[in-house]
Amino acid sequence: MNTELIIEKFKEKFNSEILRTTVKNQKRVIITVLPDSIINVAEYLYRTEGFRFIIASALHTKNGFEIHYHFSKDSIGLILNIHVILDKNSPQIESLSNMFNASNWIEREMHELLGINFLNHPNQEKLISEGNWAEGVYPLRKEFK
Amino acid sequence: MSKKTLIPIGPYHPLQEEPELFRLYCDGEIVKDIKWETGYNHRGIEKLSESKTYEQIFFLVERICGICSNSHPFAFANAVEEIANIEITNRAKYIRSIIGELERIHSHLLWVGLAGHFLGYNTVFMWAWKYREPVLDLFEMISGNRNSYAMFKVGGVRRDIEETKIPVIQNILDEVKTKTDLLTGAVMDDPVIHARTRGVGILTKQDIIDYGAVGPTARASGLAIDVRKDDPYAAYPLVNWKVITAEAGDVFAKAEVRLLEIYESISIIEQCLNGLKKEKAGDISLKVKEIPEGIGNGRAEAPRGEVFHFVQSDGSNSPVRHKIRAPSYVNIATFKKSCIGQTIADATISLAAVDPCYCCTERMAVAYDLSSGEKIMNAFELINESLKKTDELKRTVKTHL
Repeated sequence: MNTELIIEKFKEKFNSEILRTTVKNQKRVIITVLPDSIINVAEYLYRTEGFRFIIASALHTKNGFEIHYHFSKDSIGLILNIHVILDKNSPQIESLSNMFNASNWIEREMHELLGINFLNHPNQEKLISEGNWAEGVYPLRKEFK
Repeated sequence: MSKKTLIPIGPYHPLQEEPELFRLYCDGEIVKDIKWETGYNHRGIEKLSESKTYEQIFFLVERICGICSNSHPFAFANAVEEIANIEITNRAKYIRSIIGELERIHSHLLWVGLAGHFLGYNTVFMWAWKYREPVLDLFEMISGNRNSYAMFKVGGVRRDIEETKIPVIQNILDEVKTKTDLLTGAVMDDPVIHARTRGVGILTKQDIIDYGAVGPTARASGLAIDVRKDDPYAAYPLVNWKVITAEAGDVFAKAEVRLLEIYESISIIEQCLNGLKKEKAGDISLKVKEIPEGIGNGRAEAPRGEVFHFVQSDGSNSPVRHKIRAPSYVNIATFKKSCIGQTIADATISLAAVDPCYCCTERMAVAYDLSSGEKIMNAFELINESLKKTDELKRTVKTHL
Protein backbone atom coordinates (compact mmCIF):
# COMPACT_ATOMS: atom_id res chain seq x y z
CA MET A 1 0.00 0.00 0.00
CA ASN A 2 1.53 3.30 -1.00
CA THR A 3 0.65 6.90 -0.19
CA GLU A 4 -1.12 7.64 -3.50
CA LEU A 5 -3.42 4.67 -3.09
CA ILE A 6 -4.25 5.56 0.51
CA ILE A 7 -5.06 9.16 -0.43
CA GLU A 8 -7.09 8.08 -3.44
CA LYS A 9 -9.18 5.70 -1.35
CA PHE A 10 -9.60 8.35 1.32
CA LYS A 11 -10.79 10.92 -1.22
CA GLU A 12 -13.24 8.45 -2.70
CA LYS A 13 -14.73 7.68 0.69
CA PHE A 14 -14.90 11.19 2.12
CA ASN A 15 -15.28 13.17 -1.09
CA SER A 16 -17.91 15.62 0.17
CA GLU A 17 -16.21 16.21 3.53
CA ILE A 18 -12.76 17.16 2.25
CA LEU A 19 -11.98 20.87 2.03
CA ARG A 20 -8.35 20.71 0.92
CA THR A 21 -5.60 18.18 0.34
CA THR A 22 -1.89 19.04 0.45
CA VAL A 23 0.56 16.31 -0.51
CA LYS A 24 3.98 17.64 0.51
CA ASN A 25 5.75 14.41 -0.34
CA GLN A 26 5.31 10.64 -0.04
CA LYS A 27 5.56 10.83 3.74
CA ARG A 28 3.74 14.01 4.68
CA VAL A 29 0.13 14.69 3.74
CA ILE A 30 -2.30 17.25 5.19
CA ILE A 31 -6.03 16.88 4.59
CA THR A 32 -8.49 19.50 5.82
CA VAL A 33 -11.90 17.99 6.56
CA LEU A 34 -15.19 19.23 7.99
CA PRO A 35 -15.20 18.99 11.82
CA ASP A 36 -18.43 16.97 11.80
CA SER A 37 -16.78 14.12 9.92
CA ILE A 38 -13.94 13.60 12.42
CA ILE A 39 -15.39 10.46 14.05
CA ASN A 40 -15.93 8.73 10.70
CA VAL A 41 -12.54 9.80 9.39
CA ALA A 42 -10.68 8.67 12.52
CA GLU A 43 -12.59 5.41 12.63
CA TYR A 44 -11.72 4.70 9.00
CA LEU A 45 -8.03 5.49 9.51
CA TYR A 46 -7.67 3.65 12.82
CA ARG A 47 -9.79 0.56 12.20
CA THR A 48 -9.76 0.03 8.43
CA GLU A 49 -6.40 1.44 7.36
CA GLY A 50 -4.42 0.57 10.51
CA PHE A 51 -3.10 4.05 11.27
CA ARG A 52 -1.63 4.84 14.69
CA PHE A 53 -2.76 7.99 16.46
CA ILE A 54 0.40 9.96 17.34
CA ILE A 55 -1.04 13.09 18.97
CA ALA A 56 -3.12 16.15 18.13
CA SER A 57 -1.85 19.74 17.97
CA ALA A 58 -4.30 22.56 18.50
CA LEU A 59 -3.63 26.19 17.72
CA HIS A 60 -5.44 29.50 17.82
CA THR A 61 -5.35 31.47 14.58
CA LYS A 62 -7.29 34.28 12.97
CA ASN A 63 -9.52 31.67 11.33
CA GLY A 64 -10.56 30.26 14.69
CA PHE A 65 -9.29 27.17 16.43
CA GLU A 66 -7.45 24.60 14.39
CA ILE A 67 -6.58 21.04 15.30
CA HIS A 68 -4.13 18.82 13.47
CA TYR A 69 -4.76 15.17 14.27
CA HIS A 70 -1.50 13.39 13.48
CA PHE A 71 -1.90 9.82 12.27
CA SER A 72 1.00 7.57 11.37
CA LYS A 73 1.10 4.68 8.93
CA ASP A 74 4.27 3.09 10.26
CA SER A 75 4.78 0.54 7.49
CA ILE A 76 5.38 3.33 4.95
CA GLY A 77 6.50 6.15 7.28
CA LEU A 78 3.53 8.33 6.36
CA ILE A 79 2.28 11.07 8.69
CA LEU A 80 -1.25 12.06 7.74
CA ASN A 81 -2.43 15.29 9.36
CA ILE A 82 -6.19 15.49 9.56
CA HIS A 83 -6.80 19.20 9.89
CA VAL A 84 -10.04 20.75 11.14
CA ILE A 85 -11.00 24.38 11.68
CA LEU A 86 -13.40 25.02 14.54
CA ASP A 87 -15.70 27.88 15.33
CA LYS A 88 -14.11 31.08 16.74
CA ASN A 89 -16.61 31.62 19.51
CA SER A 90 -17.59 28.19 20.71
CA PRO A 91 -14.96 25.68 19.60
CA GLN A 92 -16.18 22.12 19.99
CA ILE A 93 -15.68 18.77 18.31
CA GLU A 94 -16.50 15.11 18.97
CA SER A 95 -14.02 13.31 21.22
CA LEU A 96 -12.05 10.38 19.80
CA SER A 97 -11.35 8.91 23.22
CA ASN A 98 -14.21 6.45 23.07
CA MET A 99 -12.45 4.88 20.07
CA PHE A 100 -8.87 4.75 21.40
CA ASN A 101 -7.26 5.73 24.69
CA ALA A 102 -4.35 7.43 22.95
CA SER A 103 -6.35 10.65 22.52
CA ASN A 104 -7.70 10.80 26.07
CA TRP A 105 -5.01 12.94 27.68
CA ILE A 106 -4.31 15.22 24.73
CA GLU A 107 -8.00 16.15 24.46
CA ARG A 108 -8.04 17.02 28.14
CA GLU A 109 -4.90 19.10 27.58
CA MET A 110 -6.38 20.95 24.59
CA HIS A 111 -9.54 21.60 26.59
CA GLU A 112 -7.45 23.06 29.39
CA LEU A 113 -5.01 25.15 27.35
CA LEU A 114 -7.30 26.40 24.57
CA GLY A 115 -10.81 25.88 25.86
CA ILE A 116 -11.87 23.53 23.08
CA ASN A 117 -14.82 21.42 24.18
CA PHE A 118 -14.65 17.71 23.37
CA LEU A 119 -18.14 16.28 23.15
CA ASN A 120 -18.76 12.91 24.81
CA HIS A 121 -15.27 12.76 26.31
CA PRO A 122 -15.26 10.08 29.04
CA ASN A 123 -13.54 12.32 31.59
CA GLN A 124 -12.81 15.88 30.49
CA GLU A 125 -11.04 16.97 33.69
CA LYS A 126 -8.00 19.22 33.75
CA LEU A 127 -4.83 17.29 33.04
CA ILE A 128 -2.01 19.67 33.84
CA SER A 129 -3.15 22.16 36.43
CA GLU A 130 -5.41 20.00 38.59
CA GLY A 131 -7.70 22.90 39.25
CA ASN A 132 -4.98 25.35 40.24
CA TRP A 133 -5.58 27.74 37.35
CA ALA A 134 -8.36 30.24 37.15
CA GLU A 135 -11.47 29.10 35.28
CA GLY A 136 -11.91 30.50 31.79
CA VAL A 137 -8.23 31.43 31.35
CA TYR A 138 -6.65 29.64 28.44
CA PRO A 139 -2.87 30.09 28.19
CA LEU A 140 -2.49 29.16 24.53
CA ARG A 141 -5.22 31.48 23.26
CA LYS A 142 -4.02 34.56 21.43
CA GLU A 143 -5.38 38.03 20.92
CA PHE A 144 -5.92 39.21 17.36
CA LYS A 145 -6.48 42.82 16.43
CA MET B 1 -14.77 -6.40 54.71
CA SER B 2 -11.48 -5.68 53.07
CA LYS B 3 -9.78 -2.31 53.56
CA LYS B 4 -9.15 -0.14 50.47
CA THR B 5 -5.79 1.53 50.71
CA LEU B 6 -4.48 4.51 48.75
CA ILE B 7 -0.79 4.54 47.97
CA PRO B 8 0.49 7.76 46.42
CA ILE B 9 3.74 7.58 44.46
CA GLY B 10 5.42 10.86 43.61
CA PRO B 11 5.17 13.63 42.69
CA TYR B 12 8.81 14.76 42.67
CA HIS B 13 12.04 13.09 41.84
CA PRO B 14 14.97 14.64 39.95
CA LEU B 15 15.40 11.56 37.77
CA GLN B 16 11.86 11.70 36.39
CA GLU B 17 11.41 13.37 33.06
CA GLU B 18 8.18 14.80 34.34
CA PRO B 19 7.21 15.01 38.01
CA GLU B 20 4.08 12.99 38.45
CA LEU B 21 1.88 11.49 41.10
CA PHE B 22 0.42 8.03 40.88
CA ARG B 23 -2.39 7.08 43.21
CA LEU B 24 -2.64 3.35 43.60
CA TYR B 25 -5.93 2.14 45.03
CA CYS B 26 -5.26 -1.21 46.62
CA ASP B 27 -7.36 -3.96 48.08
CA GLY B 28 -4.98 -5.83 50.34
CA GLU B 29 -1.91 -6.32 48.22
CA ILE B 30 -3.63 -6.08 44.85
CA VAL B 31 -3.74 -2.83 42.88
CA LYS B 32 -7.37 -2.22 41.90
CA ASP B 33 -7.19 1.17 40.24
CA ILE B 34 -4.60 3.75 39.36
CA LYS B 35 -4.89 7.50 38.88
CA TRP B 36 -2.28 9.86 37.54
CA GLU B 37 -1.63 13.53 38.11
CA THR B 38 0.92 15.77 36.49
CA GLY B 39 1.67 19.43 35.96
CA TYR B 40 3.68 19.97 39.13
CA ASN B 41 6.51 21.42 37.16
CA HIS B 42 4.75 22.63 34.03
CA ARG B 43 7.26 24.88 32.32
CA GLY B 44 5.14 26.13 29.44
CA ILE B 45 7.84 25.18 26.94
CA GLU B 46 5.43 25.11 23.99
CA LYS B 47 4.37 28.68 24.72
CA LEU B 48 7.92 29.79 25.49
CA SER B 49 9.07 28.36 22.18
CA GLU B 50 6.80 30.79 20.31
CA SER B 51 8.91 33.67 21.66
CA LYS B 52 12.31 32.21 20.71
CA THR B 53 14.10 32.10 17.40
CA TYR B 54 14.69 28.78 15.64
CA GLU B 55 18.33 28.82 16.73
CA GLN B 56 17.41 29.41 20.39
CA ILE B 57 14.72 26.72 20.49
CA PHE B 58 17.38 24.01 20.19
CA PHE B 59 18.73 25.01 23.60
CA LEU B 60 15.22 25.16 25.00
CA VAL B 61 14.01 21.75 23.82
CA GLU B 62 17.29 20.18 24.85
CA ARG B 63 16.27 20.93 28.43
CA ILE B 64 12.95 19.08 28.24
CA CYS B 65 14.60 15.84 29.29
CA GLY B 66 17.87 15.38 31.11
CA ILE B 67 18.45 11.76 30.17
CA CYS B 68 17.67 11.82 26.48
CA SER B 69 18.46 15.50 26.01
CA ASN B 70 19.34 15.00 22.36
CA SER B 71 16.10 13.44 21.15
CA HIS B 72 14.07 16.66 21.25
CA PRO B 73 16.57 18.73 19.23
CA PHE B 74 16.69 15.77 16.82
CA ALA B 75 12.93 15.79 16.22
CA PHE B 76 12.83 19.60 16.12
CA ALA B 77 15.64 19.70 13.55
CA ASN B 78 13.75 17.17 11.44
CA ALA B 79 10.58 19.30 11.61
CA VAL B 80 12.29 22.59 10.73
CA GLU B 81 14.39 21.05 7.97
CA GLU B 82 11.19 19.59 6.53
CA ILE B 83 9.64 23.09 6.37
CA ALA B 84 12.78 24.60 4.82
CA ASN B 85 13.30 21.55 2.60
CA ILE B 86 16.94 21.12 3.62
CA GLU B 87 19.02 17.99 3.07
CA ILE B 88 22.00 18.11 5.43
CA THR B 89 25.47 16.84 4.51
CA ASN B 90 26.36 13.18 5.00
CA ARG B 91 28.97 14.05 7.57
CA ALA B 92 26.38 15.90 9.68
CA LYS B 93 24.02 12.94 9.28
CA TYR B 94 26.63 10.53 10.63
CA ILE B 95 27.45 12.78 13.58
CA ARG B 96 23.75 13.17 14.43
CA SER B 97 23.25 9.42 14.43
CA ILE B 98 26.37 8.82 16.52
CA ILE B 99 25.10 11.23 19.18
CA GLY B 100 21.62 9.68 19.04
CA GLU B 101 22.93 6.15 19.48
CA LEU B 102 25.42 7.01 22.23
CA GLU B 103 22.48 8.50 24.04
CA ARG B 104 20.45 5.32 23.59
CA ILE B 105 23.30 3.27 25.07
CA HIS B 106 23.62 5.40 28.18
CA SER B 107 19.87 5.68 28.64
CA HIS B 108 19.29 1.93 28.36
CA LEU B 109 22.15 1.21 30.76
CA LEU B 110 20.62 3.69 33.19
CA TRP B 111 17.28 1.88 32.97
CA VAL B 112 18.83 -1.56 33.48
CA GLY B 113 20.52 -0.21 36.61
CA LEU B 114 17.32 1.25 38.00
CA ALA B 115 15.31 -1.87 37.20
CA GLY B 116 17.95 -3.90 39.07
CA HIS B 117 17.66 -1.57 42.02
CA PHE B 118 13.89 -1.93 42.24
CA LEU B 119 14.20 -5.69 42.19
CA GLY B 120 16.75 -5.63 44.99
CA TYR B 121 19.79 -6.18 42.79
CA ASN B 122 21.95 -3.28 43.79
CA THR B 123 24.98 -4.89 42.19
CA VAL B 124 23.28 -4.64 38.79
CA PHE B 125 22.52 -1.00 39.58
CA MET B 126 26.15 -0.21 40.40
CA TRP B 127 27.54 -2.18 37.46
CA ALA B 128 25.21 -0.62 34.91
CA TRP B 129 25.85 2.91 36.09
CA LYS B 130 29.57 2.30 36.21
CA TYR B 131 29.60 1.02 32.62
CA ARG B 132 27.49 3.99 31.57
CA GLU B 133 30.12 6.40 32.79
CA PRO B 134 32.60 6.00 29.87
CA VAL B 135 29.75 6.84 27.46
CA LEU B 136 29.26 10.15 29.26
CA ASP B 137 33.01 10.73 29.02
CA LEU B 138 32.67 10.26 25.27
CA PHE B 139 29.98 12.94 25.17
CA GLU B 140 32.27 15.26 27.05
CA MET B 141 35.05 14.58 24.58
CA ILE B 142 32.81 15.10 21.53
CA SER B 143 30.60 17.99 22.65
CA GLY B 144 32.22 19.42 25.77
CA ASN B 145 29.25 18.39 27.91
CA ARG B 146 28.31 15.17 29.68
CA ASN B 147 24.68 16.06 29.14
CA SER B 148 22.77 18.67 27.09
CA TYR B 149 25.29 18.47 24.31
CA ALA B 150 24.22 21.50 22.24
CA MET B 151 25.31 19.68 19.09
CA PHE B 152 22.39 20.36 16.75
CA LYS B 153 21.39 23.35 14.68
CA VAL B 154 19.21 23.93 11.65
CA GLY B 155 21.19 22.62 8.69
CA GLY B 156 23.68 20.42 10.51
CA VAL B 157 25.68 20.10 13.71
CA ARG B 158 27.83 22.52 15.68
CA ARG B 159 30.92 20.43 16.26
CA ASP B 160 32.82 17.99 14.11
CA ILE B 161 34.21 14.65 15.27
CA GLU B 162 37.88 14.78 14.34
CA GLU B 163 39.74 11.81 12.87
CA THR B 164 41.92 11.53 16.01
CA LYS B 165 38.89 10.94 18.22
CA ILE B 166 37.59 7.96 16.24
CA PRO B 167 39.98 5.35 17.77
CA VAL B 168 39.13 6.63 21.28
CA ILE B 169 35.41 6.23 20.61
CA GLN B 170 36.04 2.76 19.15
CA ASN B 171 37.99 1.67 22.24
CA ILE B 172 35.26 2.78 24.60
CA LEU B 173 32.61 1.08 22.46
CA ASP B 174 34.59 -2.18 22.64
CA GLU B 175 34.68 -1.82 26.39
CA VAL B 176 30.94 -1.10 26.62
CA LYS B 177 30.28 -4.16 24.46
CA THR B 178 32.22 -6.48 26.77
CA LYS B 179 30.51 -5.06 29.82
CA THR B 180 27.07 -5.32 28.19
CA ASP B 181 27.81 -9.02 27.50
CA LEU B 182 28.43 -9.42 31.20
CA LEU B 183 25.30 -7.53 32.16
CA THR B 184 23.10 -9.28 29.61
CA GLY B 185 24.37 -12.66 30.79
CA ALA B 186 23.71 -11.76 34.41
CA VAL B 187 20.16 -10.53 33.71
CA MET B 188 19.08 -13.15 31.16
CA ASP B 189 20.34 -16.18 33.08
CA ASP B 190 19.28 -15.26 36.58
CA PRO B 191 16.37 -17.47 37.71
CA VAL B 192 15.23 -14.92 40.30
CA ILE B 193 15.05 -12.10 37.75
CA HIS B 194 13.05 -14.44 35.51
CA ALA B 195 10.67 -15.17 38.38
CA ARG B 196 10.25 -11.47 39.20
CA THR B 197 9.79 -10.17 35.66
CA ARG B 198 8.28 -12.89 33.47
CA GLY B 199 4.52 -12.59 33.20
CA VAL B 200 4.57 -9.33 35.19
CA GLY B 201 3.00 -6.12 33.88
CA ILE B 202 1.95 -7.62 30.56
CA LEU B 203 0.84 -5.30 27.76
CA THR B 204 -0.80 -7.01 24.81
CA LYS B 205 -0.42 -5.85 21.23
CA GLN B 206 -3.99 -4.51 21.35
CA ASP B 207 -3.19 -2.46 24.51
CA ILE B 208 -0.23 -0.92 22.70
CA ILE B 209 -2.34 0.01 19.66
CA ASP B 210 -5.14 1.35 21.87
CA TYR B 211 -2.86 3.59 23.93
CA GLY B 212 -0.59 4.45 20.99
CA ALA B 213 2.47 3.36 23.00
CA VAL B 214 5.85 3.58 21.29
CA GLY B 215 9.50 2.58 21.57
CA PRO B 216 10.79 -0.42 23.54
CA THR B 217 7.40 -0.62 25.30
CA ALA B 218 5.70 -1.32 21.95
CA ARG B 219 8.52 -3.45 20.56
CA ALA B 220 8.47 -5.71 23.65
CA SER B 221 4.83 -6.51 22.80
CA GLY B 222 5.67 -7.63 19.28
CA LEU B 223 4.92 -4.38 17.45
CA ALA B 224 7.96 -3.67 15.27
CA ILE B 225 7.64 0.12 15.13
CA ASP B 226 10.78 2.21 15.11
CA VAL B 227 10.97 5.65 13.52
CA ARG B 228 14.59 5.01 12.52
CA LYS B 229 13.34 2.21 10.22
CA ASP B 230 9.82 3.38 9.32
CA ASP B 231 10.55 7.02 8.55
CA PRO B 232 14.35 7.06 8.22
CA TYR B 233 16.23 10.24 9.04
CA ALA B 234 19.89 11.23 9.61
CA ALA B 235 22.28 8.37 8.78
CA TYR B 236 19.92 5.47 9.63
CA PRO B 237 19.14 4.63 5.99
CA LEU B 238 22.90 4.52 5.28
CA VAL B 239 23.72 1.78 7.80
CA ASN B 240 22.61 -1.80 8.40
CA TRP B 241 20.83 -2.70 11.58
CA LYS B 242 17.71 -4.49 12.73
CA VAL B 243 14.70 -3.62 14.88
CA ILE B 244 14.71 -5.66 18.09
CA THR B 245 11.35 -7.07 19.14
CA ALA B 246 10.02 -9.52 21.71
CA GLU B 247 6.59 -11.10 21.93
CA ALA B 248 5.75 -11.51 25.62
CA GLY B 249 4.99 -7.87 26.50
CA ASP B 250 6.09 -8.37 30.11
CA VAL B 251 8.85 -6.65 32.08
CA PHE B 252 11.40 -9.26 31.05
CA ALA B 253 10.66 -8.64 27.36
CA LYS B 254 11.20 -4.91 27.85
CA ALA B 255 14.55 -5.55 29.54
CA GLU B 256 15.53 -7.95 26.76
CA VAL B 257 14.65 -5.43 24.02
CA ARG B 258 16.65 -2.67 25.70
CA LEU B 259 19.71 -4.82 26.34
CA LEU B 260 19.81 -6.13 22.78
CA GLU B 261 19.29 -2.63 21.39
CA ILE B 262 22.57 -1.61 23.00
CA TYR B 263 24.38 -4.00 20.61
CA GLU B 264 22.51 -2.57 17.62
CA SER B 265 23.44 0.95 18.73
CA ILE B 266 27.11 -0.01 19.01
CA SER B 267 26.98 -1.49 15.52
CA ILE B 268 25.30 1.65 14.12
CA ILE B 269 27.96 3.89 15.70
CA GLU B 270 30.77 1.74 14.29
CA GLN B 271 29.31 1.96 10.79
CA CYS B 272 28.82 5.72 11.18
CA LEU B 273 32.45 6.13 12.29
CA ASN B 274 33.52 4.28 9.15
CA GLY B 275 31.26 6.53 7.11
CA LEU B 276 32.80 9.63 8.71
CA LYS B 277 36.24 8.63 7.46
CA LYS B 278 34.98 8.85 3.87
CA GLU B 279 33.45 12.32 4.24
CA LYS B 280 35.31 15.61 4.03
CA ALA B 281 36.29 16.93 7.48
CA GLY B 282 34.53 20.10 8.59
CA ASP B 283 31.65 19.72 6.15
CA ILE B 284 29.07 19.68 8.92
CA SER B 285 26.68 22.52 8.39
CA LEU B 286 24.73 24.38 5.73
CA LYS B 287 23.90 28.07 5.82
CA VAL B 288 20.16 28.51 6.31
CA LYS B 289 18.95 32.02 5.69
CA GLU B 290 15.29 31.81 6.60
CA ILE B 291 12.55 29.37 7.44
CA PRO B 292 9.66 29.75 4.99
CA GLU B 293 5.99 29.53 5.82
CA GLY B 294 4.77 25.99 6.33
CA ILE B 295 4.12 23.00 8.52
CA GLY B 296 6.70 20.49 9.73
CA ASN B 297 6.07 17.11 11.36
CA GLY B 298 9.39 16.00 12.78
CA ARG B 299 10.01 12.80 14.63
CA ALA B 300 12.95 10.92 16.04
CA GLU B 301 13.36 7.65 17.90
CA ALA B 302 14.42 8.52 21.44
CA PRO B 303 15.56 5.76 23.82
CA ARG B 304 11.98 5.65 25.17
CA GLY B 305 10.24 5.80 21.78
CA GLU B 306 9.03 8.23 19.18
CA VAL B 307 9.46 11.93 19.95
CA PHE B 308 7.13 14.06 17.85
CA HIS B 309 7.43 17.78 17.12
CA PHE B 310 4.86 19.76 15.16
CA VAL B 311 6.06 23.16 13.99
CA GLN B 312 3.97 25.74 12.16
CA SER B 313 5.90 28.63 10.67
CA ASP B 314 4.59 31.91 9.28
CA GLY B 315 7.88 32.85 7.64
CA SER B 316 9.16 34.86 10.61
CA ASN B 317 12.09 33.76 12.78
CA SER B 318 9.90 32.10 15.46
CA PRO B 319 7.27 29.39 15.10
CA VAL B 320 3.56 30.20 15.40
CA ARG B 321 2.91 26.90 17.11
CA HIS B 322 5.30 24.28 18.41
CA LYS B 323 3.69 21.12 19.75
CA ILE B 324 5.90 18.60 21.50
CA ARG B 325 4.97 15.04 22.34
CA ALA B 326 7.45 13.04 24.38
CA PRO B 327 7.19 9.23 24.28
CA SER B 328 6.37 9.00 28.00
CA TYR B 329 3.14 10.91 27.33
CA VAL B 330 1.68 7.87 25.60
CA ASN B 331 3.69 5.21 27.44
CA ILE B 332 2.74 6.29 30.95
CA ALA B 333 -0.97 5.87 30.20
CA THR B 334 -0.43 2.12 29.72
CA PHE B 335 0.01 1.80 33.49
CA LYS B 336 -3.72 1.43 33.68
CA LYS B 337 -3.33 -1.86 31.83
CA SER B 338 -0.04 -3.11 33.23
CA CYS B 339 -0.51 -2.37 36.96
CA ILE B 340 -4.13 -3.19 37.71
CA GLY B 341 -4.41 -6.66 39.16
CA GLN B 342 -0.73 -6.80 40.13
CA THR B 343 0.55 -6.93 43.69
CA ILE B 344 2.10 -3.75 45.13
CA ALA B 345 5.52 -5.42 45.02
CA ASP B 346 5.13 -6.03 41.28
CA ALA B 347 3.59 -2.63 40.57
CA THR B 348 7.00 -1.12 41.33
CA ILE B 349 8.71 -2.84 38.44
CA SER B 350 5.65 -2.63 36.14
CA LEU B 351 5.66 1.14 36.50
CA ALA B 352 9.41 1.26 35.97
CA ALA B 353 9.24 -0.99 32.91
CA VAL B 354 8.23 1.76 30.50
CA ASP B 355 11.19 3.78 31.78
CA PRO B 356 9.91 6.69 33.73
CA CYS B 357 11.69 6.89 37.06
CA TYR B 358 10.10 5.41 40.09
CA CYS B 359 12.70 6.36 42.70
CA CYS B 360 10.22 8.78 44.20
CA THR B 361 8.88 5.91 46.26
CA GLU B 362 11.95 6.20 48.38
CA ARG B 363 11.28 9.78 49.28
CA MET B 364 7.63 10.50 48.88
CA ALA B 365 5.29 7.58 49.18
CA VAL B 366 3.27 6.99 52.29
CA ALA B 367 0.30 4.66 52.46
CA TYR B 368 -2.88 5.83 54.17
CA ASP B 369 -5.83 3.89 55.41
CA LEU B 370 -8.66 5.61 53.51
CA SER B 371 -11.26 5.25 56.24
CA SER B 372 -9.22 6.48 59.21
CA GLY B 373 -6.59 8.57 57.37
CA GLU B 374 -3.95 6.79 59.41
CA LYS B 375 -0.49 6.14 57.99
CA ILE B 376 0.03 2.43 57.64
CA MET B 377 3.09 2.03 55.45
CA ASN B 378 5.96 4.40 54.76
CA ALA B 379 8.14 4.80 51.70
CA PHE B 380 10.91 2.47 52.73
CA GLU B 381 8.46 -0.22 53.72
CA LEU B 382 6.89 0.09 50.29
CA ILE B 383 10.09 -0.51 48.34
CA ASN B 384 10.99 -3.18 50.90
CA GLU B 385 7.89 -5.07 49.75
CA SER B 386 9.59 -5.49 46.39
CA LEU B 387 12.96 -6.38 47.92
CA LYS B 388 11.31 -8.92 50.25
CA LYS B 389 9.67 -10.66 47.33
CA THR B 390 13.03 -11.00 45.57
CA ASP B 391 14.66 -12.37 48.74
CA GLU B 392 11.91 -14.92 49.16
CA LEU B 393 12.27 -15.97 45.55
CA LYS B 394 16.03 -16.27 45.93
CA ARG B 395 15.50 -18.74 48.75
CA THR B 396 12.85 -20.77 46.93
CA VAL B 397 14.75 -20.88 43.67
CA LYS B 398 17.87 -22.09 45.48
CA THR B 399 15.97 -24.92 47.20
CA HIS B 400 14.62 -26.01 43.83
CA LEU B 401 18.02 -26.07 42.17
